[in-house]
Amino acid sequence: MYKTVIGLEIHAQLSTKTKAFCSCRADVFELEPNTVICPVCTGQPGALPVLNEKVVEYAVKAALALNCKINLRSTFDRKNYFYPDLPKGYQITQYFTPIAENGFLGFKFDGDEKRVRIRRIHIEEDAGKMIHQDADSISGASGSLVNLNRCGVPLIEIVTEPDISSPKEARLFMELLRDTLRALDICSGDMEKGALRCDANISIVDEERGLSSNRVEVKNINSFKFVEKALEFERERIIKALETGSDVNRETRTWNFAKRETISMRSKEEENDYRYFPEPDLPPLQLSDEYVERIKERLPELPQQRIERLIREYGIPEYDATVLGSNARLSSFFEEVAKSTDKPKEASNWIMTELLREINRRGIPLEKMPIGPEHFKILFELLEQEKISVKIAKELFPLMIETGKLPDQLVKERGMEQINDEKLIEDIVLRAMESNPKAVKQYREGKKGVMGYFVGAVMKETRGKANPAAVNEIVRRLLES
Amino acid sequence: MKGDFLDLKIAELSKLSTDEKREVLSFFHERIVAFNSELNAFLEILPIPDSLSSGSLSGVPYALKDNILARGTRTTCASNILKSYLSPYDATVTARLKNTGAVLLGKTNLDEFAMGSSTEKSAFGPTKNPWDLSRIPGGSSGGSAAAVAAGLVPFALGSDTGGSVRQPAAFCGVVGYKPSYGLVPRYGLVAFASSLDQIGPLTRCVDDAFTVFKTIAGRDINDATTVNGKIDLRAKELPEADLKGLKIAIPSDALDFEGLDERVKSRFLEFIERLAEKGAEVSFVELGILKYVVATYYLIAPGEASSNLSRYDGVRYGERVESENYEEMIKKNRDTGFGDEVKRRILLGTFTLSSAYYDAYYRRALKIRKMISNRINEVLHEHDFILNPTAPTLPGKFGEIGDPLSYYLMDIYTIPANLAGTPAISIPVDPVDGLPVGIQLMGRRYADLELLSTAKQMEKLSGAYNNGLAKIPERWLHV
Ligand SMILES: [Zn+2]
Repeated sequence: MYKTVIGLEIHAQLSTKTKAFCSCRADVFELEPNTVICPVCTGQPGALPVLNEKVVEYAVKAALALNCKINLRSTFDRKNYFYPDLPKGYQITQYFTPIAENGFLGFKFDGDEKRVRIRRIHIEEDAGKMIHQDADSISGASGSLVNLNRCGVPLIEIVTEPDISSPKEARLFMELLRDTLRALDICSGDMEKGALRCDANISIVDEERGLSSNRVEVKNINSFKFVEKALEFERERIIKALETGSDVNRETRTWNFAKRETISMRSKEEENDYRYFPEPDLPPLQLSDEYVERIKERLPELPQQRIERLIREYGIPEYDATVLGSNARLSSFFEEVAKSTDKPKEASNWIMTELLREINRRGIPLEKMPIGPEHFKILFELLEQEKISVKIAKELFPLMIETGKLPDQLVKERGMEQINDEKLIEDIVLRAMESNPKAVKQYREGKKGVMGYFVGAVMKETRGKANPAAVNEIVRRLLES
Repeated sequence: MKGDFLDLKIAELSKLSTDEKREVLSFFHERIVAFNSELNAFLEILPIPDSLSSGSLSGVPYALKDNILARGTRTTCASNILKSYLSPYDATVTARLKNTGAVLLGKTNLDEFAMGSSTEKSAFGPTKNPWDLSRIPGGSSGGSAAAVAAGLVPFALGSDTGGSVRQPAAFCGVVGYKPSYGLVPRYGLVAFASSLDQIGPLTRCVDDAFTVFKTIAGRDINDATTVNGKIDLRAKELPEADLKGLKIAIPSDALDFEGLDERVKSRFLEFIERLAEKGAEVSFVELGILKYVVATYYLIAPGEASSNLSRYDGVRYGERVESENYEEMIKKNRDTGFGDEVKRRILLGTFTLSSAYYDAYYRRALKIRKMISNRINEVLHEHDFILNPTAPTLPGKFGEIGDPLSYYLMDIYTIPANLAGTPAISIPVDPVDGLPVGIQLMGRRYADLELLSTAKQMEKLSGAYNNGLAKIPERWLHV
């Protein structure tokens, strides 16, 4: 048996208005290169960093949401290395004393309670971006361009303990973390845009032979899907090496998006000595208990809390609660519908299937949809009173969204009421039996499947409005009499 | 009237009429142009502006050490790597002086990146000592000290990391003041060792030092290490001080230091006698930390410097040497851009910060720094001030000190104030053999006003002054 051991290092860009240490705007995505810069974030001689207080607030929010212990006194440090996208020649980070430590994120995975411990959260600044000509990296490039817009954009780095035991679990953790950061409104969570980045450490333990592979770090994973894919690839690669007795190097690998595989970047020996030391330009960060308490009081409900509450209060299945609870807007819409209809299970079903389908199909966000709890309330009443069938209700749904009209009004306008009149249905069935005696004979000889023909005939004549249960019952009765 | 401008304090210059101020500017500008070829105090001489702005220092000319940014001027740090770097913004001190109407006439020479004590380490040639052109002016703010000593500007700003304002002031016979760490913003001062650097004025009297200090000090939103509310800067003039009853500690280990020149020592002891005559309570105290200060400083300052100077890679600005690839490019840029002393300190700092040696050197140096601070604070708890010679020697001849270690020992008396963040001021006392001698008064952290008031009283006991201003050598009195 092989055991997979995964730990993650996640960088989350904080969605503050300005950068971490200067007053340049922080949202620089796709802006003209080198236009959102100043003496501080381009490392001009003499420029000094000044800490953005919002960054601290956001980091504390994340730390509290991830159940961390907040260090009321934390320090800033310099991580020194040379690279063209790092204008000062060092990154300001928190190495010796981070703002928060020892937390966890709990969730349900395959019915089990799972808890991934958080080792630390620290504040740091982002580097710039480079484009290389004729090569993937600066070595071998015929030329390289640097865009310093992203320099100084605030990040928090979240480091987990190696508590994750499968690639799929890693992906779920990342998704829940994204949902949590979004609920806190401190990070857009877009992996594709680089607002959330994930480096993963993976090693494999061969429990039978008591062997453990070296740890491999996988960098450059830029989507939730690839978190799973890259780790699956790496797991297979390491297991194969263990089975064939070849070495697993302690190294850093990068996820190659195009080839769908990981490629070796550098070995452990090639790693920099970052020469960490206390940042003399920034005094230690001192927080008060009151400050932390104030932030704690204002924390919104977090996805995991919400999921548990939805299960508890509405009795919906874990899967439904997870889908609904991961998004604050969707879950509060669900709760409104559940309360006004008093039918939480139906509400959940209709929202999870019909509403989400329409949202995806039309690309319109929920808050722009012209329907509210009232629509669901009336729709459920029409169903309960058998005024419409489920089939008709599903036809009604997109019409409601197109027009914003209430379902009873649409039913009236378009004559979609269900036909429950047994006499009327009997007449149609009898007429059909008269015009097709052969089918009647077949049924009576045991070909029960022919029944569908008569049901279809009724539906055709009533344009689908006949009560399906009533039709089935009447057809069977008349054919068997 | 003309020659009389050299006899005016800054407050008096700022009160002249607009026409007189124009005369003042031309007067000093002419002197800079006339004398700089001999002194090499200036790296860049600026034209007189067309119009004067109002303010408390309106029309008062000054110079900036060339590691302080002033928009539109070059800021070279006396280094080849920045020889054509144009300042894109104003340092906070520059902006504050501009706002009060002071007029920047030039940028002064220094040891490259302020790393040195003689201004010999400038990539653009040494500055000469105005008292003896064959001698060093001290450093690293040697250009600023020489400019003020020769009367080329009424004041100049320098930066002091281990004595770089006070020691050249002592060697050039002027006043050099390093404020408490955190009182004067460093934004726009090219960092050497951030936890030690402090900008300070070089002037010809303590009153002028106070006037300049008042203008440049105070919390800056661009410098997180500046402090607020520690000192009241509203006073128009320095409060009166009385030497009588002042408790002054004389570090006996400073006087026992084998590198102390006998002539400096005797001048210093003479001055102590005068202080005692005025009623000061002078006592000899064993500091016990002096043997650690230079080593501690040369672990911490190069460590910070190695990181602060990483940005000079030639990628975004500065000189660039064409190369085959990135690594070769930054190696060549830094190899040809930096001088030997800078390289020596970068190497030293890179070593002490490396993960294998961090605990053994840098972390221990931080601990010893704390210990030194504690000891200084302890002595300053029992005494009002600590007084010692500013430098152990008289200004030497160019090239006289060859080995780095003796060179570094020139700062032994000045470094403690940087390590402890305390304020210290050097004032000139009676010269020896025609060469200036300075004494340093150090006070409690943030007790800068008390320090300046007391130093002002001490000036009265010094033979280096004439009508309240430090004497200018005969050679430079007339153009
Ligand atoms: Zn900026």
